[in-house]
Amino acid sequence: MIEVENLTVRFAGVTPIDDVTVTFPAGACGLIGPNGAGKTTFFNVLSGFVKPAAGSIRVFGEDLLKLVDFRRARWGLRRTFQTEQAIQQLSIFENVAMIHEHSRSSRSARRAAVLSAIEFVGLEASPYAKVGGLSARERRLVEVARAVVGEPRIVLLDEPAAGLPERETEHLGDLIQRIPTEFGALVVLVDHDMTLVSGCCETTAVLDFGRLIASGPTAEVLRNEAVISAYLGVEDAA
Amino acid sequence: MAVAEAGDRRNWPAAVGLAGPRNIVRAVATVALLAIALFLIPATLGGDWVNTFTSVAIYSVVAAGLVVLYGRVGMISLGQIALLAIGTWTATRLSYATNIPFPLLILITASITCVIGVLIGLPALRLSGLYLALITLMAAGAVNVVLGAIDFPNGGGGFTGRTAVVNLSGLEPVNRPSGAGGDIAYYRYVVVVCALMFLLTLVHFANKPGRAWATIRESEPAALAAGVNVTLYKLWAFALASFITGVAGCLLAAEVGRPTVYGFPTQDSLTMIATALIGGIYTLWGAIVAGVFMQLVPFIFQAEWHINPNFLLIIFGIGLLQVLLTAPGGLVDQFPKDMAKLGRAIYGLFRKATGAVRRSG
Repeated sequence: MIEVENLTVRFAGVTPIDDVTVTFPAGACGLIGPNGAGKTTFFNVLSGFVKPAAGSIRVFGEDLLKLVDFRRARWGLRRTFQTEQAIQQLSIFENVAMIHEHSRSSRSARRAAVLSAIEFVGLEASPYAKVGGLSARERRLVEVARAVVGEPRIVLLDEPAAGLPERETEHLGDLIQRIPTEFGALVVLVDHDMTLVSGCCETTAVLDFGRLIASGPTAEVLRNEAVISAYLGVEDAA
Repeated sequence: MAVAEAGDRRNWPAAVGLAGPRNIVRAVATVALLAIALFLIPATLGGDWVNTFTSVAIYSVVAAGLVVLYGRVGMISLGQIALLAIGTWTATRLSYATNIPFPLLILITASITCVIGVLIGLPALRLSGLYLALITLMAAGAVNVVLGAIDFPNGGGGFTGRTAVVNLSGLEPVNRPSGAGGDIAYYRYVVVVCALMFLLTLVHFANKPGRAWATIRESEPAALAAGVNVTLYKLWAFALASFITGVAGCLLAAEVGRPTVYGFPTQDSLTMIATALIGGIYTLWGAIVAGVFMQLVPFIFQAEWHINPNFLLIIFGIGLLQVLLTAPGGLVDQFPKDMAKLGRAIYGLFRKATGAVRRSG
């Protein structure tokens, strides 16, 4: 469970996250909002790249903000980035293994864990193929494998379906749904594809201009008028 | 995904790829190169040539340091020749002051150079790109100024080890390893030590530090998110590069015997990175090519063709431009591709010709 309380982030003159209080309970949770709503900034706070001006984040009862950025991976925080970050110079196996070897998991189970993560995402290429030679779709899957290897507790996915054709998005949605049950991790999914979000996530939170405008069961949230108007750009009459 | 396929996947050997065709080619090339370096060159070439190849081996280790720093981690350093000078100075001073065995002299020199290199690398934790390049270049300039003032030790006492001896030939040169005092024996000794430094670097690349470095190069936020202690691994890269450069400095001290400040112009640091880029900064093969460009090519220009080797700067400049524009992987990446292309072209012509003969016959 991620409990965010009164979280505020300020950059010079801008407030990308403005006094947000929200809880991501369990399973797969959606985080949606128009461009510039503060979704990626929120992920960056969780990763430790951005220091919040105020507020607290407790993850499974622990104060996440106290942890040094690179130690959060060891703690069990994983993420993917909007622009994919699979390492071209390394093979698929090395890409996944390097996350594992910097996390807290024991050395003995490493190989099996790495291979089962690669197996989980369903990559057909040899694990020893260089990532530089893979297709965009395969590199996305490598990133998902990187996010689930070892013992993840929180998996943050930042627009994993961006640019993927429909059929691939379906496969990805299937994977995202299986992460909580197979790896026991809480998933937070940021995406603009509402079919994907409503297909994967039981609960969803909506940000707009840095403020939380709705949260709760996904179906309800997507029917919420404030959410619809935020997405369609309709000005609030009030 | 089929279950059977998943089952097969688990059975893949831990190091699939070690037996792959590319690695077999690499292994054969390595053995051939070592055989040529250790046996063919000393057996067929004369004294000056062997000394030049000693320098080639030493400078390729310096270039290997750049492969670590820039090729793997993405940190640019323009101060590697200054670091080499520090290694040479340290080895010279220790050699005059003590009588320790040569392998130990290498280790102590490399360790001292390593510490200094890490200190120079400290700004790298905050700076990158042009700023890091400037800082390292200025550090190299500073080292040159200091060396210009204190000069290389010549057997005197005190920290600087200088004595006012006028007759240079009366000075004892830096000791070479026992049993490898002759030029050819020392050349072989250098090749073996340099091969060990390449091996040390390869071991790093193939393991946890190598993967962490590749991640940092790709993106620092991604590395942090992957749990990489970016500070530690950047300093580690500087430590490794400085350590092997220190080893090279020690080998160089015993090669030249009486090193001078003139052997380490700051400009060489620039030539070093240019040749490393031309050779191919992403692999250690490129480092060997860089060593050849730094030492062998100037020697051929001067001794064989009687051309001023300074003209090479222009050629390197053009070569660098060509590499940056068309072949970022450098010669070692581009040459095999071009050869394959040429082979296909010749084969195509050959087929055309035989086809034409058949038709006319």
